[in-house]
This record gives sequence, C-alpha cells and structure tokens, in this order.
Amino acid sequence: MIRPIATTREMTGMPTGRLAVWWLIASEIVIFGGVLGSYLMHRIGHKEWAAASEHTNTWAGAFNTLVLLTSSLSAVLAHNAALRKDGKRAAKLLWATIGGGGIFLVVKSIEWTTEIQHGYTITANNFWSFYYTAAGLHGLHVIAGMIVMMFVAADAAKGKELQRVENAGLYWHFVDLVWIFLFPLLYIAK
Amino acid sequence: MIDQYVESISTFSGDIDNVIWVVFLIVGFWFVLAELVFFGLIFKFLAKPGVKAKYVSGERPEEKRWVTLPHYATLAFDVAIIVLAIKVWHDVKIDLPKADSTVRVISQQWAWTFVHPGPDNQLDTPDDITTVDELHVEKDKTYHFELTSRDVLHSFSVPVFRLKQDAIPGRIIKGWFKATQTGQYDIQCTEICGIGHGIMPARIIIESPAQHRTWNQSNAPKVADAAPTTPPTQLGGMP
Amino acid sequence: MSAAAHAEHDHAHGHAHHDEGFIQKYLWSTDHKMIAMQYLFTGIAMALVGGFTVYAFRMQLAFPGMPVPGYGRVTATDYNALVTTHGSVMVFWVAMPVLIAALGNYLIPLMIGCDDMVFPRLNRLSYQLFLLSAIVLMASFYVPGGAFGGAWTSYPPLSAKAEYNLTGLGSSMWLFAVALEFAAFLLGGINFITTVMNSRAPGMKMFDVPIVVWMIIIASILFMASVGPLIAGAVMLMFDQQLGTGFFDPAKGGDPVLWQHLFWFFGHPEVYVVLLPAMGIVAEIITVFSRKKLFAYKTVLYTAIGTGVLSFFVWAHHQFIAGIDPRMANVFSVTTLLISIPVAEMVFVYIGTLYGGSIRLTTPMLWALAFIAEFLLGGVTGIFLGASGADIYFHDTYFVIAHFHYTFFPIAFIGSFAAITYWFPKMFGRMMSETWGKVHFWGTIIPFNLIFIPLFLLGARGDHRRIYDYRHFPDLMKAGMQDLRILATLALLVLLAFQVVFLVNLFHSIFRGEKAAANPWNANTLEWQAPSPPPHGNFPQGLPNVYRGPYEYSHPDRAEDYWPQTEPEAAKS
Repeated sequence: MIRPIATTREMTGMPTGRLAVWWLIASEIVIFGGVLGSYLMHRIGHKEWAAASEHTNTWAGAFNTLVLLTSSLSAVLAHNAALRKDGKRAAKLLWATIGGGGIFLVVKSIEWTTEIQHGYTITANNFWSFYYTAAGLHGLHVIAGMIVMMFVAADAAKGKELQRVENAGLYWHFVDLVWIFLFPLLYIAK
Repeated sequence: MIDQYVESISTFSGDIDNVIWVVFLIVGFWFVLAELVFFGLIFKFLAKPGVKAKYVSGERPEEKRWVTLPHYATLAFDVAIIVLAIKVWHDVKIDLPKADSTVRVISQQWAWTFVHPGPDNQLDTPDDITTVDELHVEKDKTYHFELTSRDVLHSFSVPVFRLKQDAIPGRIIKGWFKATQTGQYDIQCTEICGIGHGIMPARIIIESPAQHRTWNQSNAPKVADAAPTTPPTQLGGMP
Repeated sequence: MSAAAHAEHDHAHGHAHHDEGFIQKYLWSTDHKMIAMQYLFTGIAMALVGGFTVYAFRMQLAFPGMPVPGYGRVTATDYNALVTTHGSVMVFWVAMPVLIAALGNYLIPLMIGCDDMVFPRLNRLSYQLFLLSAIVLMASFYVPGGAFGGAWTSYPPLSAKAEYNLTGLGSSMWLFAVALEFAAFLLGGINFITTVMNSRAPGMKMFDVPIVVWMIIIASILFMASVGPLIAGAVMLMFDQQLGTGFFDPAKGGDPVLWQHLFWFFGHPEVYVVLLPAMGIVAEIITVFSRKKLFAYKTVLYTAIGTGVLSFFVWAHHQFIAGIDPRMANVFSVTTLLISIPVAEMVFVYIGTLYGGSIRLTTPMLWALAFIAEFLLGGVTGIFLGASGADIYFHDTYFVIAHFHYTFFPIAFIGSFAAITYWFPKMFGRMMSETWGKVHFWGTIIPFNLIFIPLFLLGARGDHRRIYDYRHFPDLMKAGMQDLRILATLALLVLLAFQVVFLVNLFHSIFRGEKAAANPWNANTLEWQAPSPPPHGNFPQGLPNVYRGPYEYSHPDRAEDYWPQTEPEAAKS
C-alpha cells in the first residue's frame, strides 16, 4: 500500500493535530449545545420535571464529577511528562485517566440499573428521555476518549508520538467539561 | 396581480396582494436593471484581438462606490418592504379583531372536521353543528377559528382569503378572517401529512346572512345529538 | 485524530513508481484527488437517482394516474417517497459531495500549494462514511413499507411514528443516512479547515488564497457550527421512532415545533454552505475568462463572512405560519431581508468584475455567467418569502419550489458544470469537447427556465406542494393550470435528455479527449502549475512558493495577460 503523504507545515504556529482537536471540540460543542438547548427549552416549560429530577442520585453524580476531575488532572500530568519526553510516565498517567473513565462508567451503569429497576426508563417521561439521551451521548464520548487514550498510551510507552498525549488530554478535558454542565442541569436543578 | 388568478375575497387578502405587488415592482426593477447591466457588460467587453483587459482592483473608493451605492439602495428598499410586510402581518396574524362568531377547525389524517357554533352562536353547546370537509361561514362577519390537529401537522389554507396556518397537535392556534363575498372555494392542507395529503381537500361555503340562517336552522337540530361537545384538546390520537 | 496523525511525520517525496491494484488505487486511496473523484462520481450517480425520481413524479403531475414509462403507476405512497428522496438526494448527496467534498478535496491542496490534505486517512474515512450513508438511503427503498415519504424536512409527528407515516423502518434509515452523512462532512470539514490554516505554501498570505478556497472554508465552518443541533435532533427523533420516547410528541409533553427549529437552524445556513463554494467557483472562472482582476477581493470575503454570520439568524422564516409566536416573524423578516444585502453585493462585485474585461465565452464561462443570471432570479424571489406578509400566501406553494430551484439548480448543477468543465483538463489531463459542451449548456439552460417559470405561475395561482393529484382540488383545475404542469414536465424531459450529452462528453473526453497542457486557460492559481493530471504528491518539481495574489490578470507592467502566483518577482519582464 502506498503511504499517504502530507507535508507538515505550521502556518498558524499550532501543530496540525492540536488544531484539528480544537475544531473537533468546536463541532462537538454545537452538538451538545443542541441537546442541552432543547433540554433547557423543555425544562422551562415543564415545572413538573423538578419532581422527576429528584429521583436522580445526586451523590453518585457528585462522585462521578470528582472522578472525572481527578482523571483530567492525571491527563495534565501525563502531558507534563510527555513534555519532558518521559513516555513511560506519560503512559502510566494516561492509564490512570482511562481508569478514571472506567470508574465513571461503572458508577453510571449502577445508577442507571437502579433507576431502570425503579421504573424510570427512557420512556418514563421526557425528563428521563433527556436524562438518558444527554448522559448517554456523553457516555459514548467517555468511551471514545478512553479508546483513543489506550492507543496513545501504548505508543507513548514506547516513546512514540508523544505530541498526541496533549491532544488526547485536550479532548478529555472537553468530555470532562460537558459533564460539568450536565451534572447540575440533570441532577441538581430543581 | 394574484387576484387575476385567485379571487381575493377576505378583508385582508387585498393587503397581502398589495405587499406582493410592491415587492414585485421593487425586485422586478432591480432584477431587470442588474440583468441589463450584466448582459450589457458581457456584450460590450467581449474579447477583441489586440485589446487587453483593464486592470482594476475595485479597492479604490471611486471604483468601490459602484458596489456601495447599490448596497445602500438595497438597504433602503429592504426597509420599505419590511415595514409594509410587518404591517400586514400584524393585521392578519397578531391583532385579531373582535369576533362575531368562532368556529373550530380540527384536522386529522386525512379529513377536516369543522365545528360551527350553531344558531346560538356559542361553541360547546348542544346545537353545535359538526361537519366534515365543509365549512359554512357568513359573508361580512368576523370569524375567529380555533385550529388544532388530532395526529400530525396539517396546515389550514384558504387561498381566496390568502390565509394559511399550520395546525399542531396538542395546541389550539387562533386566527381570524372575514369574507367579503359569497361562493364556494377550496380549503387545502398545505403541510405534508402522510400518504393522504393529496386527498385532503375541503370546501368553504360562504353564505349570505339569510342563507346562513337557513343552513343553521335546518342542520342544527338533526346534527346536535351526534355532535361531539368535548373540546379538541381531549381528542388525542387517531379516532 | 489518531487515524491520520502518522501522516504528520511523513515528509517523503519522490514516489514516482508504484504498482497498485485496482482497489488500492481507486477505492482505498488516500490521495486527495482520487478521493475527490470518488465524491464526484458518487455525486453524479446520486444525481441520476435524483433525476429519475423527479422524472417519475413530474410525469404523475402532468399525466395523473397514467403509468410512467420505466416506473409504472405512481401511487400516493410512491409519490411521497419520490419527492422526499429527490429533495434529500439533491441537497445532501449531490450538492454537498460535489461542491464541497469533491471540489474541496480536489482544489484545496492544489490551490494552496500542498501535497495532500493534512489528514489523508481521515479523508478516506470521510468518503467511506459518505458512501455508506448513500447505500443506507438507497437500501431504504427495499425494506418493508418502502422509503421514507415525509418530505426532506422530516417534520414530526409524521416522521416520528410508524402509525402516521407507514414507513417505520424507512424513516429510521433515512434519518440514519442523513446523520451519517453529516458525520462524514464534519470530519471532512475539520480536514479542510486545518489544511488551509496550517499547510499553505510559503508566502501565501490570507489574502493570496483563491476565493473558491476561502468559500469552501467558510462553508465548512458554517456547516460545522450549524449541523450540531440537527445531529442532536436526529438522535432524539430516532429515539422517538424506535424507542417510543416523546421528544417531539405533544401527547407526552414534547414539542413537534422544536424539530423545525433544529432542522432550520441547520437548514438555512446549509443553503449558504452550498451557495458559497458555487460563488467561489464562479469567481475563479469569470476572472480567468474575462482576464480581469477580481473586483474588490476583500469585499467578496467580507460579504461571504457577513452572509455566513447572518444566516444563523434567519431560520424561522421557514416557520412564519408554523405556529411559532407570530411576533417572532417580525424579527426574522428583518434578518431575512438584511441577508439580501451581502448576497446582492457579492453579485454586484461579480458583475463589476466583467467591466473592462476581455471576455471569452468558453463553456465554463457560459456556465459561470449563467449562474449569475439565473441565481439573480432565485435571489430576488426570496424577498417575497422573507416578507412575512407576502409569505402567508406563498408559503408551501410552488412559488417556493420555483424560488429555491432558481437558487439550488444554479448552485448544484450550473456551479458543478462550471467547475467540471473548467477543471476538467487538470483532473483528467485532457480537454472536453467545446461544441458538445455548448450543446449541453443551451440544452440545460433553456429547459431549466421552462420548468421553473411555469412553477412560479402555478405557485402564484395557488398550487401547493407535495400533492400527487390536483384533480381533487376544483380551484386548482382552472383553465390553463394543467397546461403549465405539462409544460414544466416536458421541459424537464428535454433537460434530462440533454444530460446524456454531458455524460457522453464527460466519459468520451476522459478517454479520448485532446491532450491538455498544464495551464490551458493561462490561469494564475497554483493548481495550473502542476502537471495535468497531477501525480500523487501534486508538484513533482517541488512544492511551490507564492509571491502574489491569485487574480493578477492583465497587469499593465506585463506583456502576458496573466501572472502566475508562483512566478518570482525577479522574473518580472
């Protein structure tokens, strides 16, 4: 197979990979903006959703917020390690971040199982529809971020492609940030 | 202009035709002018042997004004159109005059149900007259309509009135009209509503006061027994 | 991001000889030019689908109830599916892939003097997702219930429930195909934007970038910024269809009008997403064939950006009578009419470019000029619909159809034909036949007007949209109305027949056309400095440097009437 060619230039002064991640984040912001905008419009028109949102597990959500924030910290530390060309340490820290994502998903699945057992399914009412759709879409991004980081960590451990550690971290911060919006809107707002 | 093809028989249909006419004159003028200049330039500047094209950047003020002057002219004409269009819009859609009578228009896949207030001129009374695909109204009388849908989106369009309003399930949308002439005309569904969208015509029958009184009286008692008196909000789903 | 990052480190050049298999060369290539061809030919194939559907339903309108040759009897169900497919295909699977994806892919690296997109593998993935979306859409015709028939706008509750639309699976496949297509173009857009931002040739400043590249980039940003809510909406609608949620179901507290907002928040910028690249193509062609510098380059850019920004604030003009608060119509009437200013200004600039030119009426130039002439009518008729008072009558009539076809046909077809005939020598290394090109031109333009002028008249007379048989409406069967419908259909048949001329000319010229030189039109932009057709890597003599803007035609200091962007200042004669 012929190798793809693309000469690297940096007219903007920013590496192309990082530039692309920023544009990717921009497009994702609009997607989540669509979900959250629709949710807010409905939420304002439906005062009764406050009652539904009381059945969410705020403590689990708060714990998950903490988990994601911690995992973002380890992503920052991984970037620092990568800047020092310490690929092994960067990989370890990335695995810690992936672990954080794993804990987040485990907590989330316990939460969902409990809620579904209590009859709060996606069709229970529109609050729950938004709850599962928004959090589910976010969950998919968590999974995608974890998979990406696995590849990046595997390379970084061998000291290759260290610039990608930062890019993966950027994306992870974005995933984290989306949750910072989702948590109060879905769990706390009454 | 439109009234040459489609009769104009509501109190606001003439105003809407006027907006269309004014817009036609304005954009027609600009369209013809732009096309004339465009084709004129093409024919004037067709390639001739030995003649080199001019070098014009278009960035100098005296060149740029050929773009900026039309720019301000467009703005001025836009403002004129906006003012006119919004005024008519207010008359038709926002400022509803006091009603002499109210009818209920219920759309569904694929028929129209019209609830007339009957001889007592009150909806939700036993003498309401319910019809399918036939709306009876009186000339020179201001009607409010309460439009809703039982299933999907539909649109209540009476071309001779220049009236159009989408129907949304779960909502009641109010509007008004006042016919200026008697006759029978099309009511059309103008929002796609499934495979029967093309077979969802109804007729509006505009009657003189005397005719309308007769119709009311001859229909009210018979139909009253079967007429549903439930408000349309409780009629969710397919019948 | 990971898929293509390898390429960042790939400085390799001089790969003249490869032995590649058919699949590697044509289907698995990462070469931007090959991917452009994949988009182009997929787009042409989908245009045939769009053409066939319009043939079937226009025949039904002209001769209701009679079997259509090559299709059979068009039932009401068929009619809705045909109309829906025609609209979706022409916008999402013809205009988008040809104007943005094919031309963006082909032109961006060549015109900015780069050897490929910055993420070649991501580029390949975008096309594969796009192809998959087209296959899903076509497959929906063969599932139980058939293809979706709820119009390309897919308004719920009709689109949300199988009991209403009777095409449960078809609706979901349509939605999935559209969402997948958006994902493909989002990835493609990121690639385009990063490539132009980071990989321009040394010396190419922002205002040295050809207008068509600018336009594709602005369009990609518009697309990226507007499509998100609709992707979110597509997920919600899919859940409504398949899981029974009630996002858009009023009985469950949902709101069907929300979908309209999400759809048109994307749908209106989408018009400009395809308009701007077409405008860019026209700018390239009219400058070359009138041997003129583009009149007010920066004004074109500012108007394009202004149009893009304004296009986010006009969406509700599609919903004046849809049951939104009627006071909102005032706001959106104002914004809608204001957007006429930058668009009109862009047209004025193009007309101004012709002044003092030395105009050569080649086939690409005819297409470019026809774009301006026809688009003007599409533009001005939009004013009727943006003026809320007038829109009450025109909404959802054939006037609307005629209006947007006078914009979309010039964009999607006239623009594409202009581009294909202009860049053909570069793409295939051969010339297209001028004679047959002109036959095709007149055979398209004349019937095009004969289709849509009758539709304006029918719309004014009250014909409303998506009706498969007007005989049910007494007021729409007045004298002369059916004649207009038949005239439009006959003109369509002529137009479709002349597309055969184009296809024959295209394929004949690809294999048998006269060999083309590297720069047959004496143009300035960088792609013409590469060989025709350019090899993998584009510039075998080394990547070019740029010394000036793209439109230095007929400069008074020079004997030649063009001045390539790559020619160093020292060589000034």
